[in-house]
Amino acid sequence: MGEIIQEEKGKKGGKRKAKKHSTRIDMTPMVDLMCLLITFFMLTTAFSKSKVMVITMPDKTPDKEKTDGPIISAFRTLNILLTDGDKVYYYQGLAEPKKLPELIKTDFSKDGIRKVLLLRNKDLFTKIAEYREKRLTGKLVVADTTADNTIKKFKSEDKKGPIVLIKADEKTKYKDIVNIIDEMAICNIASYAIVDLNKVEIEMLKNAPK
Amino acid sequence: MTPMVDLFSLLLTFFMLTASFRPQEAAPITTPSSVSEKQTPDNDVMTIYIAKDGKVFFNIDNGKDTSTHYRIKLLEKIGEQYKMKFTPQELSKFGTMSSFGMPIKDIKAWLAESDSKLRDKFMTGVPMDSTDNQLAWWVRMARLTNLNAEVALKGDADAKYTDVKKVMDLLQDNKVNKFNLITNLQKEEVLLKDLPK
Repeated sequence: MGEIIQEEKGKKGGKRKAKKHSTRIDMTPMVDLMCLLITFFMLTTAFSKSKVMVITMPDKTPDKEKTDGPIISAFRTLNILLTDGDKVYYYQGLAEPKKLPELIKTDFSKDGIRKVLLLRNKDLFTKIAEYREKRLTGKLVVADTTADNTIKKFKSEDKKGPIVLIKADEKTKYKDIVNIIDEMAICNIASYAIVDLNKVEIEMLKNAPK
Repeated sequence: MTPMVDLFSLLLTFFMLTASFRPQEAAPITTPSSVSEKQTPDNDVMTIYIAKDGKVFFNIDNGKDTSTHYRIKLLEKIGEQYKMKFTPQELSKFGTMSSFGMPIKDIKAWLAESDSKLRDKFMTGVPMDSTDNQLAWWVRMARLTNLNAEVALKGDADAKYTDVKKVMDLLQDNKVNKFNLITNLQKEEVLLKDLPK
């Protein structure tokens, strides 16, 4: 790339001729520097921005007028218990010391907890999925915000889907919590909450199938 | 040669203009993944980092309009609270820093340290035990400084849930009920035909 200018030699005692310089500039160092800078900027640029998952927790402030909270039917309640090692347990209804419900073990795979949730939330899931498909195929043209509101309305109108209570013990990893909330989003679960384990459930977890 | 130089200049300009530098973080944190596609807000956000070992770090940005200098105002407020005086140099240095996590008594030493490697040894986490809950003060003062600040939680995937819960409880005690959990995007979809029968 760099041109080497050979000096003419041979003529003895002759007049020194003025050297003819090439008018081109040697650009190699510049290219080198640019390569370096490009590499630097490529490596330091944060291309993929991280995403956020928004969760809203119920207000904790004690309210004098507050009653016991809404009454939810035991039939619709699905309790998910989390513990270490990506294990997921679930049971339906209410845990009473006298009549312990059966604790079923599953996992975070596709055929694990997702199947359970989808089966219970079939109606609402189909409704939302059909609505989304209509938008995707172009049969329905609405703005994003309208679509979000419609889906929200579907969720609030839902009367059959499960009410999921997520309970985690102290061995649970943070990623398991994120995973389970994520499953709620994937399965379009209308109502779910993160709550604390009660005494009965702690006992149930101790005797749970490994 | 010339086309190559042309191309390189073009690329260089592109990368220089699009570059938004990764802010230096107090601890390496691997975020868990989720299907959420909501973007992390750029401004008006206070981030609480929860490392694998349960250490907690704090960060707040200077706001969309950099002349608001939220960080400087925050440090002044914290100084008032803990009866500490910060020099203008210390305040302006704090304004340019990013996430941090140390007891308030160490903050002056941390700001005085010029070597970034030596600065890391101060990162022992913001104390949040019940006798002297400094994280609560940071959150409270940050909320007073920037009224629009949202709260983002950046927890390590392998952090203990109890550590995260402690932070969440603290935030709820300070009337923060909406959290942005920072995650990586991992697409996952269930189609209608996949529905179990």
